[in-house]
Amino acid sequence: MSVLQEISSNVKNMKTLEYSLLARWTKQIKEDLRQGVKKPFKEVIDVSWGDPHRGGVKPLTFVRQVLAACLYPQLMNGEKLPVDVRQRAQKLLDGCAGWSVGSYSATGGLPEIVQRVSEFISRRDGGVQSNPENIFLCCGSQWALTRILNVLVNAEAPYPTGVLTPAPCYSTTTLSIEGLGGVVVPYYLSEERGWELQVEELHRALESCKGACHPIALYVINPGNPAGQVQSRKSMQEVIRFASEKRLFLLADEVYQGCIYGEKEFVSYKRVLSEMGPPLSDTVELASFHSASKGFMGECGLRGGYVELVNLDPAVKKYIYTLFCADSSPPVLGQIALDLMTNPPQPGDPSYLLYYQETQHIRSTVVKNVKKACEVINSLQGFSCQAVEGGAFAFPRIHLPAKAIQKAKEAGMQPDTFYCLRLLEEAGVLASPGSDYGQEEGTFHIRFCILLPHDVLGELLQRLSDFHTQFMKDFS
Amino acid sequence: MTSLAVNGVTCRGKVLTLDSMNPNVRRVEYAVRGPIVQRAVQIEKELREGVKKPFTEVIKANIGDAHAMGQKPITFFRQVLALCSYPDLLEDNKFPEDAKKRARRILDACGGHSIGAYSASQGIECIRQDVARYIEKRDGGIPSNPDNIYLSTGASDAIVTMLKLLVCGEGRDRTGVMISIPQYPLYSAALADLGAVQINYYLDEDKCWGLDVTELRRALNAAKQHCKPRVLCIINPGNPTGQVQSRECIEDVIRFAKEENLFLMADEVYQDNVYAKGCKFHSFKKVLFEMGPEYSSSLEMASFHSTSKCYMGECGFRGGYMEVLNMDPEVKAQLTKLVSVRLCPPVSGQAMLDLVVNPPLPDEPSYASYVKERTAVLAALAEKSHLTEEMFNTVPGITCNPVQGAMYTFPRITLPQKAIAKAQEEGQAPDMLYCMKLLEEEGICLVPGSGFGQKEGTFHFRMTILPPTEKLKVVLQKIRDFHLRFTQEFS
Repeated sequence: MSVLQEISSNVKNMKTLEYSLLARWTKQIKEDLRQGVKKPFKEVIDVSWGDPHRGGVKPLTFVRQVLAACLYPQLMNGEKLPVDVRQRAQKLLDGCAGWSVGSYSATGGLPEIVQRVSEFISRRDGGVQSNPENIFLCCGSQWALTRILNVLVNAEAPYPTGVLTPAPCYSTTTLSIEGLGGVVVPYYLSEERGWELQVEELHRALESCKGACHPIALYVINPGNPAGQVQSRKSMQEVIRFASEKRLFLLADEVYQGCIYGEKEFVSYKRVLSEMGPPLSDTVELASFHSASKGFMGECGLRGGYVELVNLDPAVKKYIYTLFCADSSPPVLGQIALDLMTNPPQPGDPSYLLYYQETQHIRSTVVKNVKKACEVINSLQGFSCQAVEGGAFAFPRIHLPAKAIQKAKEAGMQPDTFYCLRLLEEAGVLASPGSDYGQEEGTFHIRFCILLPHDVLGELLQRLSDFHTQFMKDFS
Repeated sequence: MTSLAVNGVTCRGKVLTLDSMNPNVRRVEYAVRGPIVQRAVQIEKELREGVKKPFTEVIKANIGDAHAMGQKPITFFRQVLALCSYPDLLEDNKFPEDAKKRARRILDACGGHSIGAYSASQGIECIRQDVARYIEKRDGGIPSNPDNIYLSTGASDAIVTMLKLLVCGEGRDRTGVMISIPQYPLYSAALADLGAVQINYYLDEDKCWGLDVTELRRALNAAKQHCKPRVLCIINPGNPTGQVQSRECIEDVIRFAKEENLFLMADEVYQDNVYAKGCKFHSFKKVLFEMGPEYSSSLEMASFHSTSKCYMGECGFRGGYMEVLNMDPEVKAQLTKLVSVRLCPPVSGQAMLDLVVNPPLPDEPSYASYVKERTAVLAALAEKSHLTEEMFNTVPGITCNPVQGAMYTFPRITLPQKAIAKAQEEGQAPDMLYCMKLLEEEGICLVPGSGFGQKEGTFHFRMTILPPTEKLKVVLQKIRDFHLRFTQEFS
């Protein structure tokens, strides 16, 4: 009898994503295409991840030049690389032990980079103080989130620990909570109101915890994932007041702060909290997360993220620090990516012009993408999409006919998984089903990335609309 | 509402307090980056600010970080990584063809041809294939299936993931995990965090830190009273002790694991770091297969490796992998689900790992310089391992086992009774008192043996053998002088 018949119940309780079925099918389809099997499409368009580079967006030249110079300092001899690249690489290497990006760094990150990140935060927040001692660089923001959740989720308490999370919500977050033995307590965003977070719904969600779990934290993601809403200041103030009143630790995932498309501006939870003044500004416990994976950088594979802790009990912070110590230190290249994200080339720098052109191109492309995606989807029967104000995705609703829902049931699948599978097989598009994110009962959605070159998005939307029209016809 | 006064600041009504936080996290310690290192960093700051001290720099011999101590990266590896980061360099004829070839292959396997794209959670497929081929070559042809390879963020990530998967049960059925004493404190930290039961088996200092199966049996039987032992962790070559297990010993451990139905976790990150004559690295997998199908088709095992040690020393890349064997397919599915939550290991670390398992071949342009650099690093480490052992054994009150492998020395120090008493008064481990004093007086940062576990009543410290030879000689002399002074002071 295998010793592994028994494994961690927390791990077993983690939901298996619908997406894993789609991923397996994609692998098979890609293999078929390689073998020359004829299909209605030449390649699969994979828009299931918030991954700009995978979608075809090019890395920023300045970023990659600095990384290359840090990796192989011989590149700094001679004039091939712009002088600001060489200076930045020099400065970064000066901060690395043994002048190598192959050394470990301090647990919270290379001190000079942490300092510059704190200065960025302060600038971003209109001068609100940011203390480097409260900032931990980490192997991607999700890693830090899991670590903070690890401190919050008390598996030995009489009641399981609850964490309020939005529905829909990015599945990695909900899986992390489940994996630690915590309970996901969904609060439903209001789709008809542009995925607005309504405080009455927070109250309802909290009520639902009675007798089931002990809620300790409230997780918000702004801009949203999968729904691309940008929270208003008023809404954020309501959330902060709610967290304070109901004694909840606030987890603010702000990795998409660089992805804003409409008129709404991004303002950080830390800033809003600070501007609300004491006692709230001195007492509400907050962890804010950011990352080099999104925005213009799109450097998901480098794994650079950070968490900033606000108003935490200093005694608890000591333990958090030790917990991070056991992870050694975050990847140095990811740390460098954060440094470049928070301190890009400035006007007058030799690399500025190219940097500006590249980022502007990405910005205008994504704005165009968002507009086109919403137009196309909203023009189709049985398809509707709220405004994408920010983030990396569109999360349109599919108004599935009863026949399709029935067919899915017969196949033992969620209806939107059924739709996504058909979309994959017939149109070669890999998107994620709304079932993986949580959605109001009886509603169905798909999520796809919009951080793509415009022509790729065009192709995607063409395939999607052709497929959708046919699908709706077939199941009417 | 609880209120807590810390440093004069009253934290009234906090949601996250010492009482409400996950109690397991309060048990986590990690000596390698613990209080002594924090003090070392503080001292460095003071030095920078111009405070006068009996030394001008702090020598951080606490952590296995070769580059930090001046070891140079392997040129070829950095060339390929630079090409992967900035593919425009593929047009630059200053880069050798074999570097370009590998860079192109890695980039072809990346989403959008960029190392900035996420990879599959298990790691880039062609790199897993390369890892499997490397393992086959290393182990004399024993097959390795790429599907059993999981790339990870350093070996630590894979080790913690496996433990997360395996630890279950309540009360007397709680999973017990066997680990050597002394051990690398990642294990004790992970076990504390998971609320697993740590089962200590003692290595025998008098037998060069050898492992005896009778000790494994003793530890297991004692543990059965209060937990369900299910995992056996072994580090070979050892950390902090550096012993390289003999083939017979590895066979004994495998037999024991099979008899007692234990999942074997073989931490082999120092596999290229073998210095002592007569010592050889034998992978657990190879020995397992050579013991025949009775063992190789049933024993469940995971082996771990990393880019942080050996001759590469690329700690900052966080590259690593584990190979799992004989895992129940349903359990493997759970493992795959678990790793997906951390998205993917850093792609640059995966790329670095690919080069470690796929270095220049004899007919390739970069081969000669690669071999030269690699040999130089390993030879220097070997020299320093001998030097360290010799030097420490000349000091009365310090005894040092041969450093057979890895990167550390773990000498035993005899402490005067007065020093032990003083430490106890101050609520400190005696070897922490010793190491703190060494830090303050000589600017040398070591890790006290209490951070790794040791036999009751014995004291040790762990020092890396990584500083450049001349500096190492100075460090050894200073420690010798300090030890004599210390003994004198507390006599």
